[in-house]
Amino acid sequence: MSLFLIAALPFLGAVFPALLIRAGRNAAASAAGLTSFLALVGLLINAPAVMRGELVTARFDWIPLLGLNTNFMLDGLGLLFASLILGIGLLIILYARFYLSREDPMGQFYTYLLLFQGAMVGIVLSDNILLLLIFWELTSLSSFLLIGYWKHLPAGRQGARMALAVTGSGGLAMIGGMLILGNIVGSYDLSVILQNKELIQASPFYLPALILILLGCFTKSAQFPFHFWLPHAMAAPTPVSAYLHSATMVKAGLFLMARMWPVLAGTPEWFYIVATTGLVTMVIGAAIALFKDDLKALLAFSTVSHLGLITMLLGFGTKIAAVAAVFHIINHATFKAALFMTAGIVDHEAHTRDIKRLGGLRHLMPVTFTIALIAALSMAGLPPLNGFLSKEMMLEETVHTVWNGSHLLVPGLALIGALFSAAYSFRYIAHVFLGPKRDDYPAHPHDPGVGMWLAPAFLVVLVVAIGFFSKAIAGPLVAIASTAVIGGDKLPYYSLKLWHGFTPALYMSIAATIGGLILLALHRHAERLWNAAPRPEAKVIFDAVIGAATWASRTLSDTLHNGVISRYAAIMVAFTVGLGYYAYSTGTIGVPTRVPLPATIIPIIGWICLVGATVAIMYFHRNRLLSLVLIGVVGLIVSMAFNYLSAPDLALTQISVEVVTMILLLLSLNFMPTVTPVDSTNARKVRDAVISVFAGLGAGGLIYALMLRDFALPTISDFHLANSYKGGGGTNVVNVILVDFRGFDTFGEIIVLGIAALVIFALTESVLGTKVRAYLLNRKPHWPQSGDAHPLMMVVATRVMMPIALMVGAYIFFRGHNQPGGGFIAGLVVAIAYLMQYMASGYTWAIERQRFYYHGSIGWGVLIAAATGVGAWFNERPFLTSDFGYIHWPPLEEFEWATAILFDTGVFLAVLGAVMLALDSLSRFAWQPGMVQEHAMDINPQRDDPPEPEDEQEREEA
Amino acid sequence: MEALFASAVGVLTAAGIFLILRRRTFPVILGLSLLTYAVNAFLFATGRLALNAPPVLNNYKEVAYTDPLPQALVLTAIVISFGMTAVIVMIALSAYLSSKTDHIDLPLAEEAGEDE
Repeated sequence: MSLFLIAALPFLGAVFPALLIRAGRNAAASAAGLTSFLALVGLLINAPAVMRGELVTARFDWIPLLGLNTNFMLDGLGLLFASLILGIGLLIILYARFYLSREDPMGQFYTYLLLFQGAMVGIVLSDNILLLLIFWELTSLSSFLLIGYWKHLPAGRQGARMALAVTGSGGLAMIGGMLILGNIVGSYDLSVILQNKELIQASPFYLPALILILLGCFTKSAQFPFHFWLPHAMAAPTPVSAYLHSATMVKAGLFLMARMWPVLAGTPEWFYIVATTGLVTMVIGAAIALFKDDLKALLAFSTVSHLGLITMLLGFGTKIAAVAAVFHIINHATFKAALFMTAGIVDHEAHTRDIKRLGGLRHLMPVTFTIALIAALSMAGLPPLNGFLSKEMMLEETVHTVWNGSHLLVPGLALIGALFSAAYSFRYIAHVFLGPKRDDYPAHPHDPGVGMWLAPAFLVVLVVAIGFFSKAIAGPLVAIASTAVIGGDKLPYYSLKLWHGFTPALYMSIAATIGGLILLALHRHAERLWNAAPRPEAKVIFDAVIGAATWASRTLSDTLHNGVISRYAAIMVAFTVGLGYYAYSTGTIGVPTRVPLPATIIPIIGWICLVGATVAIMYFHRNRLLSLVLIGVVGLIVSMAFNYLSAPDLALTQISVEVVTMILLLLSLNFMPTVTPVDSTNARKVRDAVISVFAGLGAGGLIYALMLRDFALPTISDFHLANSYKGGGGTNVVNVILVDFRGFDTFGEIIVLGIAALVIFALTESVLGTKVRAYLLNRKPHWPQSGDAHPLMMVVATRVMMPIALMVGAYIFFRGHNQPGGGFIAGLVVAIAYLMQYMASGYTWAIERQRFYYHGSIGWGVLIAAATGVGAWFNERPFLTSDFGYIHWPPLEEFEWATAILFDTGVFLAVLGAVMLALDSLSRFAWQPGMVQEHAMDINPQRDDPPEPEDEQEREEA
Repeated sequence: MEALFASAVGVLTAAGIFLILRRRTFPVILGLSLLTYAVNAFLFATGRLALNAPPVLNNYKEVAYTDPLPQALVLTAIVISFGMTAVIVMIALSAYLSSKTDHIDLPLAEEAGEDE
């Protein structure tokens, strides 16, 4: 099976549990299980090739310019991790089916779990570090969802946030490290990076890259001092803890260290950072674990400790230590997942995880006891179980390790760690299962159904089997994975067996076991000492840091974004003007090369009107109706200026948009206050005036300077002029640009316009669904209303004008390709023709005679334009290539046809629909009951009564 | 002519920005409309000004043509800006009808006595 499919399967399958939960919990669990199973089968199909030492790859260039490629590879290390992820995933899916209760949304659970699984598989199969980073972040996100799965528990939410904050910020650091690494090598492909050990270790950026990447690994794998998130993540349901915190997510950091081992390891920096961190984590984790009363907390800290152990082994930088690390990864995953599941069973059956309230469960839960006993003894490192084998190898390695000249430091601390590890493992058995049966359990514990203990039992069988037949079962996998870790070199001699003779490691093991038993016997006294000793609480510190960061960012953003929007606008304008001034003062401006056009009397009159109207708006802007009239004047002058300055198309567009905009603003003013109150002080007005004057000077000065100079570079306009008729078949170059040269822009723009109209429609729908509707119905209009709402003269005139107006629209549309006009303008003109009917005869009258929907008009417009564009494909031309030709029908003159006219039809329909839908939505605000009249010209004499006296009458009557 | 045009653009820009900096929705809408005129005129003028030279090809004699490209850009800009104005008007109207105030600022900022 292709590696793409293996990585994609969990993501694809994630949809099904969420959907199938309606068919029952078994259906959801089966879908999730089947997905994992298929991916596992796909992986195992590739296993023989990997075992032969081949590298299975799948490559696909995604964004090659960024070096981001979806390249996957499967080597021994990837195979080991992927089978752990998918195999244990399958067991967890089975276990969770029986663990989760009826109230838990199980579909969601499996969806999150599969998302997480996919992200993890992606990490271990990636052959591109950028792709790996994407999957890395995905594991942080999906584990956030899983840890916070019980949304109703505050501990769950806090634990999820903490995990996300810690692993997420580590991920950020790692992005930096990976980018540095990619820059050193010049490629983001892992297989290339792994070949460049000398180049990387000689680079001055080796240390920064190393530290940043290790930050990512240490946070993910809960290494000291970032270990604190892991115990808090235990608020998650136990299947999540068993999966994320034993076998997968926390191993991602280890995986990456192992992956990068060939190029990063072997230097003193690597040894002192990684081995020391691992060693410290191992000892501290083990010590804390012994004094935790919560079963899952005990296991969490023991996981921290074991992760430290593996980190330390990787940090040693020797090949044989790397083999031991790989072997312990397998062993830890088997016994720790089983232990978490037994802890979950105890919690599920006894309703408590507090060791102080447990004991004597051996009699009540024999099956669970057996499983827990074997797994815990393996964790303690007792023969003949698999935990013993890798722990022996670890102890053996520590004996040969010299830390800063000291031969005793590393083995001594490792022995202490092993001793505590044995002690807490024994405690897990002794204080939970052994001892007398109690009669004060919160529930009546008994062994669960087979569904719940099958998964841990399977793992425990593996624990025993690997212990006895390590060479046969785990040997090949360890060999192939270790080869990958050490970069393909020849493996050193090692032997996976129980009996190595009387070695120092054996004496250390015996000492640790006996010491562990003694410590357990003295547990009560040790605990008293431990509780009396002061120690920092990680959560308190974390909360304080987060609290301070939140306070600082809130203060900053509240100061900058205080809700005064005009202030933001002022800052933006002032900044832009400042930027412009900076450019002006530092750059050079050439001499004017163009002769100014003469100013005749007509433009001067226009200028006076425009500036006069604008200044008048400034004075009268509080009177809203008057300022609308004045802005109409401005729009009119602007369209006349376009016409005067050789832009007839623009003039036509501007004047028709002007009409529509005015109607829109008038309609909206109907519902808004008619005057603007004074609420700015003079100081503020002066400030705003200064800003605006400078902005005006800047804009005016810039365009003045621009207009007096020729183009610095040759423009593409000459191309358009030369090819408009030849290539586009039209003489109106502006229209040909719109429908042909830059047809794709126009296509986008009609879509935007359509979306704007739909937004308006949706907004109206939602606002009218609220209490606003009641307010509108009971609203008193600003002005007394005329009883003759639809005057006879106007109604008759507009109806006569309707066909003429449509005719003008059609004329403008058809001449558009060769003369000023086209779809945009025709759409606006026809919209105005309809609007006249609305105004003269009333909204309800017009809507009853409406034969088409505006939504449909927008949709058809976009569809026709798209279909025209697609049509070019059938002629094997790119999207939106237009075609034209000439037809000669005998009685008529020869005339031209062009596919552009179809495209322009689409533009026309979209513009018409958008304008009408916008105004139609607005006019729905004015709807009142009883507005529908027999005839548009009916007179309603009641409305002629002035409203005020009526009110007084009512009050008197009351 | 260029001076007239440039000063008109400057006046429209200044007036538009002054109105945008007001604190009620309606003047802001007016200001946006004025600024739209200014921006469209500005873009149009990047093709330089020309009299009696519309970019409509004359097949019968050699005549001058002005730059058609900015015109095509401004044409769509005019239509799109209508769409934008309509959306803003609707948002302003809905906000006023729902909250009975046409202040553009958060009530929080007013209570705190921010910004006068």
